[in-house]
Amino acid sequence: MTIFGYRVPMMASLLAWCLVWEIVGQLELSFLVPPLSHVVAAAFTLVQTGTWQAAALTTLNSFLIGMAFAIVVGVLLGVLMGRFPVADNLFGIWVNIFVSAPLSALVPVLMILFGMGETTVVVTVFLFAVWIIVLDTRAGIQAVPRSLEEMGRSYGAGGLRLYSKIILLAALPEILAGIRLGMVRGVKGVVIGQLLVSIIGYGELFELYSRNFDMENFWALTIILFAAAMGLSAIIENIEKRVEYYAGVR
Amino acid sequence: MRNITAAASAAATTPSPEAAVEVRGICKMYADMEALRSIDLDFPAGKLTTLLGPSGCGKTTLLKIIAGLIPATSGEVRVNGVPVTGPGPERAFVFQDFALMPWATVMRNVAFGLELKGVGKDERQAIAHKYIAEVGLSGFENKYPHELSGGMRQRVGLARAFAVNADVLLLDEPFSAVDEQNRRKFQEDLLRLVELEKKTFIFVTHSIEEAVYCSDRIVILSRRPGRVAQIIEPEIDRTASPDAIRRDQGYLDTVEEIWQGLKRYVD
Amino acid sequence: MSAPAHANGSPRAIPGAGASSFWGKLLEHRTALWRAASIGLFFLVWEIAGRIPISFAFPTFLETARAFLTMLFDGSFVAAYAETLQPLVIGIAISAVLGVGLGVLMGLSRFAEWLVAPVFIVLQAAPMAALIPLITFVYGIGLVSKTLAVIMLALPVIALNGYKAVRHVNPSLVDMCRSFQGTWWQRILKIILPDASPIIFAGLRLGLAAGFIGVILAELLITPTGIGDLITYHRSVADYPEMYAAVVSIILVSTLTLSALEAFEVRVLRPEKKKG
Repeated sequence: MTIFGYRVPMMASLLAWCLVWEIVGQLELSFLVPPLSHVVAAAFTLVQTGTWQAAALTTLNSFLIGMAFAIVVGVLLGVLMGRFPVADNLFGIWVNIFVSAPLSALVPVLMILFGMGETTVVVTVFLFAVWIIVLDTRAGIQAVPRSLEEMGRSYGAGGLRLYSKIILLAALPEILAGIRLGMVRGVKGVVIGQLLVSIIGYGELFELYSRNFDMENFWALTIILFAAAMGLSAIIENIEKRVEYYAGVR
Repeated sequence: MRNITAAASAAATTPSPEAAVEVRGICKMYADMEALRSIDLDFPAGKLTTLLGPSGCGKTTLLKIIAGLIPATSGEVRVNGVPVTGPGPERAFVFQDFALMPWATVMRNVAFGLELKGVGKDERQAIAHKYIAEVGLSGFENKYPHELSGGMRQRVGLARAFAVNADVLLLDEPFSAVDEQNRRKFQEDLLRLVELEKKTFIFVTHSIEEAVYCSDRIVILSRRPGRVAQIIEPEIDRTASPDAIRRDQGYLDTVEEIWQGLKRYVD
Repeated sequence: MSAPAHANGSPRAIPGAGASSFWGKLLEHRTALWRAASIGLFFLVWEIAGRIPISFAFPTFLETARAFLTMLFDGSFVAAYAETLQPLVIGIAISAVLGVGLGVLMGLSRFAEWLVAPVFIVLQAAPMAALIPLITFVYGIGLVSKTLAVIMLALPVIALNGYKAVRHVNPSLVDMCRSFQGTWWQRILKIILPDASPIIFAGLRLGLAAGFIGVILAELLITPTGIGDLITYHRSVADYPEMYAAVVSIILVSTLTLSALEAFEVRVLRPEKKKG
């Protein structure tokens, strides 16, 4: 949007919304909405506490392990499905079902299979993130033009080199897009997993603060989490932009 | 062939009575980029005039200014003596990418201009029917655009423009998305329709052969900023068969001359 | 103009079309066969894994299927889904109206885009599930809370898709409408909305998928009712086949609903995507 000929960046409206939040908070309309300034202050104290740091570490740990598995398995399965029709036919239906199925219903099952601990959360992250990575990788592999592959073969690339130097690189824009979407889902997975298990990490803190009506800490926790999720997705988006240029000329 | 570049500037000051579209001092700036610089042109009524030029010379921009789709930075366009302020019923546009509604049948697409004007269903379908037949698409009324070839889709676009019965038809590279063989056939059909419909055609193309083959008058624009570089009237006997025209010495000479003129703009 | 018959070779096109539908039929059968094989294989692996067994809490496929059928016929599924689908349907209806409206508004107005789009971008990327404990404490454990959970998860994606859809409307079609002197309303109703409808609809499907996650989460976290209750209850009494059957049923219901929506979309809104 432009005001008086000066272009106001889009995300600037978030500042306006923050201001609204602060005003609503100051008016004390509801105990649920403390002023944003209090929340930010609470966030600064919160991050210095040992409980938060431990919770954040646990959460990050589950998230990273789950994502690592999801990326490895997702890309491998995606490449398989993109290259071999048999794999595509065999797995396609299940990937498509799980990519949009309410996987939160699976978490209770995971809880009895893997216990009320971190393993369950890791598996939840994996299950939330992996399917979209598979689908996007598959789409990327199938978008690799035949001529590019034939060029590779005609110049003597075969087997592993064909994959590492041509096919995977050519499909990189889609793979990265899949990983970014997978990350967004993974963050949701880690939160949902921890909320349902409810005795570890961030989930435990959320339970604790909301049960005690400690709204300042609750919102502080929330904005830290939201900021982390946005930051993560922005980083991947940044990497994506660097390879975007060749998606057009491929 | 007649080179009337010198005469054109004279025509600009004294509007010829038979000009359907007059362009006076049109300039167009996009931010810092000058797309068109003081264009003065007359488009004679009932004739087909081509705007020809290297890519990026602003020929499509000029056509869209005449259509009223984009505003000029300065200058004026008059159609039948009335200044253009926006799209109007006396002009109809044919789009490079056809601009057909994928969710509508050929019939609805052709009748769309009339639908927007509030013409009743039976009446507009009767009119659309006539023009669908005229462009050779009888029997395809209930097909959807995706079921047609590129050439057939542009015939739908042409029928839609005819259906609103405008005086001036503006065609923006109508054949560029049509394959070569279909394009030739389409060009021949277009000539027949120009003869039949007695309308003013303004035609944008980057194909020299197409321009020479179809046009009564060719306006050559220079590279950015677009200016009128040359105006040529190919004097070709249109009563001859299409194949005879394409072998005609005058036709070949005109193509060659335009190419020699345009060559310096090619990088 | 007699061109199409010549130019596009309709005499050639007829056998071509015939052949392609023949191959299409064969291919259709092939995909159906592959699907059956794929599903069968999955169940086989499940059955074997259950028989080993890989865990005391991992029933075989046949046990689960038996439990599924029992629950289907004794009415427990019917009762559970009557409960579960209520907040889902209300929530999705509200999200659809609000989301499509806001999305189209954002697509049409630069100011609305500036003001609202960033909020939805944040909400879509953020784990909204974290707020579910909060709404429980505000609105209690009733229908309102569960409906809100659905809206929170479904609204952002629906709104953002509506916005993207309107922004990506074919500019040439909009020009076409203007060149035939279409009014502002005609442009929106006859060009922008129809052209945007596939992406809007995709957004509704994504919203519905998110809504299913929301309602299940609400039932697991807030109040053990409906299908969430079936899962929790059977887990607490260690009736694992019944519990698995309930989980399978919700995945099945969501998958079938989403495919039905997709089929509806192709059939009604997009004649050009219909095959044959």
